[in-house]
Amino acid sequence: MRISRAELWAGRSLLFGLMAITILPFISIFMTALHPSGTVPRGLEWPDDPQWGNFVEAFKVAEMPALLASSTFIVLAVVPVALAISTMAGFAIGHLRIPGSRALLFLFVFGLTLPFTGIIVPLYYLERDMGIYNTRLAIVLPLIGLYMPFAVFWMRAHFVNMPAEISEAARVDGVSTWGLFWRIHLPLARAPISSLGILMSVWTWNQFLIALVLVEDPTQRTMAGALGAFQGHYATDIPLLCAGTVIIVLPTLVLFVLFQRQIIAALLQGSVKG
Amino acid sequence: MRQAQEATCACHLMVLKMMRSDDRSAAPAFSWWIALSKAIRRETLIGWLFVLPALTMYAVFVLVPFLLSVRYSFYRWDGIGPMTWVGFKNYRTVLEVPNLLETIYNAFRLVAYFSFIPVTLGLVVASVMYRVATGSFGAAARTVLFLPQVIPLVAAGIIWGWLLALPGLINEILRAVGLGSVTRAWLGDFDWALPSVGLIGIWVLLGFCTVLLWTGMTKLDPALYESARIDGAGWFTEFIKITVPLLRHEIGVCLTVTVTAALAAFDIVYVATAGGPGNATAVPGIQIYILAFTQQRIGLASALAVMLMILVLVVILPIQRLSRETTL
Repeated sequence: MRISRAELWAGRSLLFGLMAITILPFISIFMTALHPSGTVPRGLEWPDDPQWGNFVEAFKVAEMPALLASSTFIVLAVVPVALAISTMAGFAIGHLRIPGSRALLFLFVFGLTLPFTGIIVPLYYLERDMGIYNTRLAIVLPLIGLYMPFAVFWMRAHFVNMPAEISEAARVDGVSTWGLFWRIHLPLARAPISSLGILMSVWTWNQFLIALVLVEDPTQRTMAGALGAFQGHYATDIPLLCAGTVIIVLPTLVLFVLFQRQIIAALLQGSVKG
Repeated sequence: MRQAQEATCACHLMVLKMMRSDDRSAAPAFSWWIALSKAIRRETLIGWLFVLPALTMYAVFVLVPFLLSVRYSFYRWDGIGPMTWVGFKNYRTVLEVPNLLETIYNAFRLVAYFSFIPVTLGLVVASVMYRVATGSFGAAARTVLFLPQVIPLVAAGIIWGWLLALPGLINEILRAVGLGSVTRAWLGDFDWALPSVGLIGIWVLLGFCTVLLWTGMTKLDPALYESARIDGAGWFTEFIKITVPLLRHEIGVCLTVTVTAALAAFDIVYVATAGGPGNATAVPGIQIYILAFTQQRIGLASALAVMLMILVLVVILPIQRLSRETTL
């Protein structure tokens, strides 16, 4: 493709400008976080005496170790279970094509457009009755359910494109349905399963509404839910709030930079299939 | 479990053997049918067992709450005492009380910021990226633009809450370029709060739309552009005649994601303004939360929730229809 010099420079400056706009907010809160606690600094100003201690302070008051443990626990409880059951369902609907597949698919797809806010109120009363309100299960169980429409839809999209010949050949060799799933199709589905796993981990880590409504104790919540509580307590102490935000966002940013290619690919595929 | 598996194995073998020998006589053909229908029934049963765990979780934690939402919406209930049947009164209240109806109006205003601007601008930026940013510069640009998408929306709300505050970065920049007279506490201003929340949405969603649309462009056949250029087409003609029509599917995806994000917005608004000042940024998500958990008006909250769910469905379905050649 031949492009004029003028266009090249105009285009690149536009992209540089947008990159600057994207990065600037992060730089601003980082610098603000270094100002003395309780002051109201200017938007973008390197402090005379950087207060690195703010991060330590925020780390303590946000109870970061407990938070990290809680978030990790929730992700580890939600994602493997959701992956396992949605892959099985996607296999049965997309590949085995059991009677009623179309109706099942329709039922799951119906859930794709349901906003979380639409069902949060009954979920609250339901969980009170079930006795799991204000425990980590209160976040884990509904999230697994809420991911099902997308996850089943996603896995079905993979299995529906697998050629039937693979299964027929295995059947002739006398492989059972479970064997067919476990030994033949699961290894072939590694790519969509890992993308789905990345997607659901990011969504769980960042989940706010469910954590806010269903769990009162911030240290039992997800990262995002805890950040909401942190803001409630430190709304007036801007440097400390910024320090807390930096600390809470940091794990996600580091993971993103490390796994950026996989995460971007997963998020994009996720939205295209959804 | 193991036994069941072996039984199915045996069954499949039997069917296969019989399929090979089904031309012999009428009697084996008859037993072939019995075996086949047994195998099919067993197959169906096993298939449904595969679906059952997912279906159970979905039913208990999504479908049941959904039906309960619909049910609650016909009652007056404070969450503790007895429920009183009120018919469609809660729905009438949503449509008649200006503060409640305004949340739906605000949701549609947010669509302009969350959806229209990121998708339009995303198309332009993606096509610029496609033309001028190859190699590592392009990769770096995509990584950076995508950053806001991976941090929690709550964090985006807090970060921008500070940037848009009176001493924040936005006002500082405005003063620096001589626009000191327009500075204000953006999120506390009745006229500017909603556009400011919209700006946060643009920041979060622009990179996502750009990268998604760029991915779509890289899949297009470069020969299309070559031949257009031989015919003397400029950047704009190329953009309107080739890029936009061929990216119909990707544009549909961007619209679906961003419109849903706008109509069902909660996190950003809750953290940045909590619906204020007054009712200026109240969206259905926020109003449902306030009605249910601070005012204990479960019926009214549920009516608004049901209306929100219908609204999302009504807006998303045509977008999906338009952007897909084949539906499900």
